[in-house]
Amino acid sequence: MIIGVPKEIYPEERRVGLVPRGAEALIKMGFEVIVETNAGDAADYSNAKYEAVGAKVSQSANEVWGQSDIVIKVREPDTAESRLMKEGGTLISFFWPSKNSELLKYLNTKNVTALAMDCIPRITRAQKMDALSSMANIAGYRAVVEAAHEFPHFFTGQITAAGKIDPAKVLIIGGGVAGLAAVGAAKGLGAIVRAFDTRLAVREQVESLGGEFLELNFDEDGEGGGGYAKTMSDEFIKAEMKLFAEQAIDVDIIITTALIPGKEAPKLITAGMVESMREGSVIVDLAAEQGGNCSLTKPNEKVVHHGVTIIGYTDLPSRMAALSSRLYSAGIVHLIDEMGGTENYDVDLENEVIRGALVLQNGSIMWPPPKPKNPGPKYSVDTGDRPEKGKAETETTRSEVKPCTGMRTIKYAIYLALAIGLYIAGNSLPESDEFVERFIDQLTVFVLACFVGWQVIWNVKPALHTPLMSVTNAISGIIIIGGILQISRPEIDASVILGAAAILLAAINVVGGFLVTNRMLAMFRQ
Amino acid sequence: MSNNLILICYIIAAVLFILSLGGLSNQESARRGNWFGIIGMLLALIAVSASETVTAYGILAVSIFPAVLIGGVLAARVKMTEMPQLVAILHSFVGAAAVLVGLSLHLDKSAVHHEGIAGVIHNIEIYVGVCIGSITFTGSIVAFGKLQGLISGTPLLLPARHLLNLIVLTATVWLGVEFVSHNVIADPTTSLLVAMVITGVLGVHLVMAIGGADMPVVVSMLNSYSGWAAAAAGFMLGNNLLLIVGALVGSSGLILSLFMCRGMNRSLISVILGGFGTGDSGGGGTMQTPEGDITSIEADATTQLLKAAKSVIIVPGYGMAVAQAQHTVAKITKKLRENNTNVLFAIHPVAGRLPGHMNVLLAEANIPYDIVLELDEINHTFGATDVVMVIGANDIVNPSALDDPNSPIAGMPVLEVWNAKNVIVMKRSMGTGYAGVGNPLFFNENTSMLFGDAGENVDAILASL
Repeated sequence: MIIGVPKEIYPEERRVGLVPRGAEALIKMGFEVIVETNAGDAADYSNAKYEAVGAKVSQSANEVWGQSDIVIKVREPDTAESRLMKEGGTLISFFWPSKNSELLKYLNTKNVTALAMDCIPRITRAQKMDALSSMANIAGYRAVVEAAHEFPHFFTGQITAAGKIDPAKVLIIGGGVAGLAAVGAAKGLGAIVRAFDTRLAVREQVESLGGEFLELNFDEDGEGGGGYAKTMSDEFIKAEMKLFAEQAIDVDIIITTALIPGKEAPKLITAGMVESMREGSVIVDLAAEQGGNCSLTKPNEKVVHHGVTIIGYTDLPSRMAALSSRLYSAGIVHLIDEMGGTENYDVDLENEVIRGALVLQNGSIMWPPPKPKNPGPKYSVDTGDRPEKGKAETETTRSEVKPCTGMRTIKYAIYLALAIGLYIAGNSLPESDEFVERFIDQLTVFVLACFVGWQVIWNVKPALHTPLMSVTNAISGIIIIGGILQISRPEIDASVILGAAAILLAAINVVGGFLVTNRMLAMFRQ
Repeated sequence: MSNNLILICYIIAAVLFILSLGGLSNQESARRGNWFGIIGMLLALIAVSASETVTAYGILAVSIFPAVLIGGVLAARVKMTEMPQLVAILHSFVGAAAVLVGLSLHLDKSAVHHEGIAGVIHNIEIYVGVCIGSITFTGSIVAFGKLQGLISGTPLLLPARHLLNLIVLTATVWLGVEFVSHNVIADPTTSLLVAMVITGVLGVHLVMAIGGADMPVVVSMLNSYSGWAAAAAGFMLGNNLLLIVGALVGSSGLILSLFMCRGMNRSLISVILGGFGTGDSGGGGTMQTPEGDITSIEADATTQLLKAAKSVIIVPGYGMAVAQAQHTVAKITKKLRENNTNVLFAIHPVAGRLPGHMNVLLAEANIPYDIVLELDEINHTFGATDVVMVIGANDIVNPSALDDPNSPIAGMPVLEVWNAKNVIVMKRSMGTGYAGVGNPLFFNENTSMLFGDAGENVDAILASL
């Protein structure tokens, strides 16, 4: 089977659908790969690199389109390109079927099978093919870089000989993949980062990256299934807008990433809010392609309004073409691998990843796919791979006391001696002796009390260990009873004097112990 | 009061004591727990005084009233930094009381003399009680001396000290056999007194051999001993309440000791046998001596750092207690918190000279306990912290515990302060800690040393905040 990689013709699109590394992987699977000449140039992948891994470089786009059984692209084909598509061929690219129904219908007449990279379901198993996430990750990072480029100050605060420089404050709206990437990047540059999202589950993710999660006092969760947000109630939006208006006055940079699938981007930043921002502030609108979260955003443009720069670039991933192509290409290779490579190549309708991505198959429109049976699991692209920091660290840094074998032998010897001693004692003590029975009873009480103590004390908080010691000091003064029982004699002898002395000492313990504990405990406050 | 009623009072008292210790599981219930203890104690004392065997109320009053006065004054006057000493001296009282009760019982001519096996068991009970009491008494006195600074904190390591301990132990067992059987020494009182003296010497020797950093373990061990002494008294008197309380206190002290040992990654036995930093705990190789340039910092610059920081963690050590700096630290904390800086305290289990010592000092200074965190709770947060201020602590923040297997403190869990952006270490000089181990932390690039008296330095920081 032949896989073709035409050059992207969309203006300013620098990405390429398959990088040499991906081509190599597909060739190993048994495919032939044809690449249109200079297809990877803008992403720093030269023809020579493709040839080096065994791909064929073709001079003509027509040839690539005409010969390939499978065409790999980044953007959906435009009208001209779709005419080139081979009858019955397969197309893998971003497709956006909801926006491109004309294309869908046209390709269907040519019996094309199409897999849309933007329709890959967001489930854990499909993460390695999830091109939207990898592109969003890049867009989020790049948004911070673009903002930093326009922003005339440092991100990080500094104390220099020339005076104190306050850190930049960055507000990120939307805590999806792009938003979280932006949190991480902005935090990495040293800014104070705040993030807002309607989905409360995002809080933890934002905080784990060092951002502060802004919350409305509002009892509504925006989790809309499949990890996407849903449209919120009017009251919520009102409260949300109030929050943004307050934040706009305070922050230097706003990065908006709010999108609701299949709808126009919500307008969250009004012209008034932009005007309330300090001059030199920057807004990066990652939703520009869907109309923008800021009402002043112009797609693909940078505009300056009241001294505030509003960036509406829609090609942020393309601005890092080498990396974004590589990640996109990796997703494609995983998808083709999922479909069985050359040997078992099959469009398996039972495979929920492939079924999700499939929009056209041999003359029938397969989009939209049937709803998955269970609602989308919590989206875990971001959280899944991140190790739990604290946990891992404590595990690696803690080495336990390793008792040497000698110690262990001694331990076992003690257990054995104890067992033998108990056996002998139990066997040799005289039967039906009142004193011995009393002794055994006492032993019972003693052993049980030891266990009670053991269980109770482990629950004591380490912070209260000093009060614990003083309280045990006080109650061990109960030995005073021993003294009291010794002082009542017909005459004052040594025994009585010793008893009285014991009372004196033990009473100091009782009184001193309880009082000092009380004093200490009174100090603990929340 | 009838005997049965007294026994019922004892049961109630025992339950109250257990509830009292259970109450210490959190700060809210702790005060109620203390009251349970007080009520239990009053109940037990009233019950025993009301029993028919007790008639000498005059002697009772004469011996109790001075004690109440002394105890009250001690409790009211003691400074929170002196808590370890107070606890140690109170342990010695329990030990002494156990010895006195044992001797008194032995010398008691009016008591019923048990014959045969009963007499043997009774005598063993007395003997064991006196010996444990004696060790507790002298050991606690030495511990008190060390904590109070009357005796040098460095371990006294006699040659062949393990052999010496073994000889004393053997002699004690032999004397015990004599005390019961009168084979060689005819007068059992002599055996008992000699045993009391040599176990007393053993107590002195055991504690003398233990270094200052191990004091928290020693104090909790003595706490445990005092419990066992009380339990032994319970056995000799046939009193269940004493038995129960002794068992509770004994296990409590044992748990504290284990907890402290865990905090230092050492085994209980090696601590009891003494000798810290003598080289036998290392892996045989030579330990690395840290070298490099140190950066020193002034109080003003420290203030600047603190002002700019968004998150601050304060690691207090014994040095803070010595300098009585906790109140000033509390004021600094308050100012920083007003400035919206997140301030936390990190407490290592063996910081200070007593389990939970730092917590008590910080509580005294009105620092809310919810910002005072334990090692496990806080260790992963250092990476995201702007400034860590180490006040008079050394070994508990020593990275060589983790990366130098030959260090005497290798494997001890430590507060990983070096992960923070800036670390300020307040220290008197470049001296080593109690473990006698050099600290590579001081040479790190992100560490600045603020030399001088901790008290004066925190005062200076507070003044410039």
